[in-house]
Amino acid sequence: MSQALDVLVCVKRVVDSTGEVVLTEDEQSVDGRYAGFTLSNHEECAIELAVQVAGAAGGSASVLTLGEPEAVDQLRSALAVGCTAATHVEADPGAFGPADVAREIALVVRDHESAGRPHDLVLLGNDAADTGDFQVGIRLAHELGRPVVNGAATIAVEDGHVVAGVKGPEGRETYRVPLPAVVTVLEGGVEPRYPTVPGRMKAKKVEIESRPPGTDPVGPNRRRLRLPPPQPSEVQVLGKGADAAPAVVDLFERLGVVAR
Amino acid sequence: MILVLVETDATGAVEVSRETLTFARDLSAAGGGVPIDAVVVGAPACPVAELVAQLATYGVRQVHHATGDAFSAYGGASWASAVQTVREAAGSVVVTAAGTPRGMEVLAHLAARLGVAMAANVVAFDGLAPFTVTRQVVGGAALEDMVLGERPAIFTVAGHAVEASPAPTSGEGRLVTSAPEVAAADLVARVVSAEPAQEDLSGGLKSARVVVGAGRGAGSADGFGDLLELVDLLDGALGVSRVVTSLGWRPHHEQVGQTGSRISPDLYVACGISGAIQHWAGCASAKTIVAINTDPDAPMVAKAHYAVIGDLHEIVPAINEEIRRRRSP
Ligand SMILES: Cc1cc2nc3c(=O)[nH]c(=O)nc-3n(C[C@H](O)[C@H](O)[C@H](O)COP(=O)(O)OP(=O)(O)OC[C@H]3O[C@@H](n4cnc5c(N)ncnc54)[C@H](O)[C@@H]3O)c2cc1C
Repeated sequence: MSQALDVLVCVKRVVDSTGEVVLTEDEQSVDGRYAGFTLSNHEECAIELAVQVAGAAGGSASVLTLGEPEAVDQLRSALAVGCTAATHVEADPGAFGPADVAREIALVVRDHESAGRPHDLVLLGNDAADTGDFQVGIRLAHELGRPVVNGAATIAVEDGHVVAGVKGPEGRETYRVPLPAVVTVLEGGVEPRYPTVPGRMKAKKVEIESRPPGTDPVGPNRRRLRLPPPQPSEVQVLGKGADAAPAVVDLFERLGVVAR
Repeated sequence: MILVLVETDATGAVEVSRETLTFARDLSAAGGGVPIDAVVVGAPACPVAELVAQLATYGVRQVHHATGDAFSAYGGASWASAVQTVREAAGSVVVTAAGTPRGMEVLAHLAARLGVAMAANVVAFDGLAPFTVTRQVVGGAALEDMVLGERPAIFTVAGHAVEASPAPTSGEGRLVTSAPEVAAADLVARVVSAEPAQEDLSGGLKSARVVVGAGRGAGSADGFGDLLELVDLLDGALGVSRVVTSLGWRPHHEQVGQTGSRISPDLYVACGISGAIQHWAGCASAKTIVAINTDPDAPMVAKAHYAVIGDLHEIVPAINEEIRRRRSP
């Protein structure tokens, strides 16, 4: 590579789904008004890996999102932990299917490349925490004609290759793929760092490249979302507080689980 | 024809692949008896003849076995290339696989190559014209109805969406071996080495008959004393929520859930755990669940078989005391 390595990490603003999930009235998306928005753990790990890999190679890490105006928050959080450039494809992500998103990311990668800013390595989360399509990274690799490793927990770059560790059915599997390449990340291999105050200050100053989508999306083929029917509760309350202990131990004895 | 990508282990087709074959049979029946073929790429982890015999009991007509050096190591693109070759020769209208990491990866490659959609984690289908599937999204917290209008329809089946069951009448089970050509570009990203997983620290948790679970309600890293004593008294294992591992109170290998271990003990005692969908994913198959929680409206309480409402730091020591009391002569 003639230039220093650049790693592009692609992230998605998603509704925090650790609590109760509420749908929007049009049944097309998850309502984030009360739950708030976040990045998935896969993508937090992808950001951490991008920053680590770029740092080790003396290169840079860039971040990209396709999302509504507020998705700038997620770009800023990536900038606060070490990414140095950000691109915002401003669009309603609900109108974009996985193939549409891959096409838009590919457009940005190619545009940057013609502008003399190639992204040697593109990282994405293995699957989006909301739509769970499990395919954007692979479709992106096809668009770009690059090899792709899926579900990596660890990533390193050496001698123009990306070395990725994947937890697979054969144990710890290693891939070694020439750059430029695409890798999708599964959480669990690295601990995402917290932003520092100077990091946050720096992030505020970075000018974000904002652009409209390059093509009309085909859409996600989604009819509607719905919540799974609630399971009727059949719970039997054994009691309140410490007084319930005998009833609990009676149950344990009936189940035959009390060690002798 | 419906083509099912089958993954194997030493005992034959893995359970989720057999579930997918069962799902495919329902689809076949709805479509007026469309034949079901299986595709196996590379050397299976069990003897081929046994695998073919097993697949026949699941109603499989032909087993397409793609062989050759190209498949000596796993690669998403090379496997997809093999599935594509088989599909083109046999003309399938549906290609499906279990929603495993490899199933997802291979079918995503196939869908990208063919320029069609892929639906991940399907749990049901509803109507053939247009072909409409229901799939899990938001980690299983919501369902999406999605139209798969193109041919082939490509989708993965979520684990445990259906129960694996052999067909009432066996299929022909004919082995068709081929050595599909794979383009050099599809061989670039392949496993170059694999180390057997290091000693699986979660082994004890996964095989325990009794698991005592602990969540944020434990309060701190020092809040596990009584819980560990209960583990001892029940000769069980400790399982924890992600909040507990994220806060560094306990190690990751003790985590139960979507990104931890899936457990199916006889008894799960969930103490101070709210029962988020991602935690539930790991403990739902416990035979009996007892929830101990200060909040009577916690999802874990609603989903459990039995519950005790209150502070685990009062209830768990009382249970320990009661067990010890009954033990002493
Ligand atoms: C992609 C993804 C993957 C995830 N994977 C997992 C996973 O594998 N495993 C997992 O567990 N989570 C996972 N989570 C996180 C999950 O959504 C929840 O945030 C987590 O399970 C909550 O842990 P908790 O129940 O300990 O904490 P909380 O949700 O905070 O619940 C604490 C509970 O303890 C009760 N409580 C408090 N004090 C006491 C007391 N003194 N006595 C009794 N009860 C008390 C409260 O009433 C409450 O019900 C995942 C999330 C995402 C987005």
